[in-house]
Amino acid sequence: MATIETQRDVTGEVVPGVVVPTRRPRWRGLLRSRKLAAGLAIVGFFALVAVLGPLLVDDPNQVSDDRLLAPSAEHLLGTTTTGQDVFRQLVAATRGSMLVGLVVGLLATVVSVLVGVLGGYAGGHTDESLSLVSNVFLVLPGLPLVVLITDYVQTRGALAIALIVSFTAWAGSARVLRAQTLSLRSRDYVDAARVSGEPGWRIVTFEILPNLLPLIAAQFVFAVIGGILTEAALAFLGLGGAGSWGTMLYFAQNSQALSQGAWWWFVPPGLCIALVGAGLALINFSLDELINPRLRVPRRPRRTGPA
Amino acid sequence: MRYLRRKALFYLVAVWAAVTLNFLIPRLIKGNPVDAVLAKTQNMTPMSPDARRALELQFGVTDDPLWQQYLGYLGNLLRGEFGLSVSYYPTPVSKVLSQSLPWTVVMVGVATVLSVLLGITLGMLAGWRRGTWLDALVPTTTFLAAIPYFWLALVLLYLLGGILGWFPLNSGYSYETTIGFNWPFLRSAIYHAVLPAASIVLASVAGWLLGMRNMMVSTMAEDYVLTAEAKGLRPRRIMIQYAARNAVLPSVAGFAITLGFVVSGSIATEIVFSYPGVGMTLVAAVANADYPLLQGIFLVISLAVLGANFVVDLLYAVIDPRTRQAG
Repeated sequence: MATIETQRDVTGEVVPGVVVPTRRPRWRGLLRSRKLAAGLAIVGFFALVAVLGPLLVDDPNQVSDDRLLAPSAEHLLGTTTTGQDVFRQLVAATRGSMLVGLVVGLLATVVSVLVGVLGGYAGGHTDESLSLVSNVFLVLPGLPLVVLITDYVQTRGALAIALIVSFTAWAGSARVLRAQTLSLRSRDYVDAARVSGEPGWRIVTFEILPNLLPLIAAQFVFAVIGGILTEAALAFLGLGGAGSWGTMLYFAQNSQALSQGAWWWFVPPGLCIALVGAGLALINFSLDELINPRLRVPRRPRRTGPA
Repeated sequence: MRYLRRKALFYLVAVWAAVTLNFLIPRLIKGNPVDAVLAKTQNMTPMSPDARRALELQFGVTDDPLWQQYLGYLGNLLRGEFGLSVSYYPTPVSKVLSQSLPWTVVMVGVATVLSVLLGITLGMLAGWRRGTWLDALVPTTTFLAAIPYFWLALVLLYLLGGILGWFPLNSGYSYETTIGFNWPFLRSAIYHAVLPAASIVLASVAGWLLGMRNMMVSTMAEDYVLTAEAKGLRPRRIMIQYAARNAVLPSVAGFAITLGFVVSGSIATEIVFSYPGVGMTLVAAVANADYPLLQGIFLVISLAVLGANFVVDLLYAVIDPRTRQAG
């Protein structure tokens, strides 16, 4: 989503028409962006709930005789078929979902930077084999593979799930980073550094990585969204163990919440996922505009279509 | 030709990787299908070694060295034998698959094509009229894109199926009809497919829209668009024949990659609608510890996605001559 322009054909051949500004990223302009502010506010709120929430609400698994009640002052979001408070569950589940998202984001980004940047910079056989591996991972269907692995692996903790999801989540970013590294590698300033005798690791860390930073950030955000969504799907299929929003949906589905009209049970978890996702996507929008200035809406439109 | 050879080689490697992963995962981690069958049939009495041996042979469990098992596995695949399903024992996996596959392929296929066409058209217009109300739709679609497919399906089902009663609540066809090429069945199948397909279209259209819109914006700054404008061509012609035609290329390439995601998204969607496709079968296989079926499904999905990718790659070489030279 972040950079569809650089995601081209599957074997990762030289990509036509990639537009990349050579100027330094304008971080200051980024801070003024309203999209970014809204995105950060949403994600920050959920992160706060994930950290503090479980301390503030009572036991979410406590059963009671108030079965399947609609939202009221006593139960803000109603109750489940076993009388559990949906609001408490929602708060507790925030931690599971956000944790998986964060871990998947971190792991997938680290792997994609290693594979993409090293391959793109080293070139030759290293690049050939690394891009072959990432392309294969890119075309293998992710969720069925994750289902297959999760079903064979017995442990179902949040970390185990995150690890498995990351396994299939890094390839797209690696491709994007490789394409950009290829383009940076042939810039004059990198050539200059090489001629002046800078060692390879120094060129990668100090000349190339800083210029990749906005792109890496965008890929990280993208991976977090992917992690949260994949975990939700896994949990919904009954393969989760993280106690997440997806787990809530699984129990709601299995208790016929839909046919009993208990919308308060299955609507809130999905809305939370969508909200976090939209918040992260807003952050990504502003990063996109930072990377590709043409996407910014100019104050005075230069050209207008047929009115 | 070089391009073609490279592609073919790549897909051979990808197919090999899918097949090998499928072989290795169960053997690396755990799993004796015979134990699964016994647990499933609640057969608690100890089994005679001979009977057990016979069952093991049926499921292809041997103590042969790994490479020998691997060769046998490859041979079976070439003959189209995926083994026997545990949960539908003794039905072969291939038969279970052939019953569920058409449902998914048709429903998801139609939904995907619709969402691509819709997304590309809307994206083209949004990019062309940047800054207008159409472009303001873009943030809204972001929200749509972040919604899990299956949750959207749940909400649609609740509103349109449950409260308004416009659509059936589950299954892929009316049980009063007989499956086959007859009008009552086809009509009920289409009627049952509308809601699942609509939920997939709604959830996936945003990605296409956004990609196309961004590419459109980039393309419109190109010199040849400016030239076309200077020549005084009709705006409509510039938009479609000059800007959109070039902007659509990454979306075509992206189509192949996204296919895998659509298949994934449809798995949970099928659960919501109790749709009798591959996703339902996959989840049932997981619930019943039906490993042969599970592996068969993964393999079929992988091969389908790889095959579609290959076709799109070939098409891409036809549309964009630069790809052929780059290799």
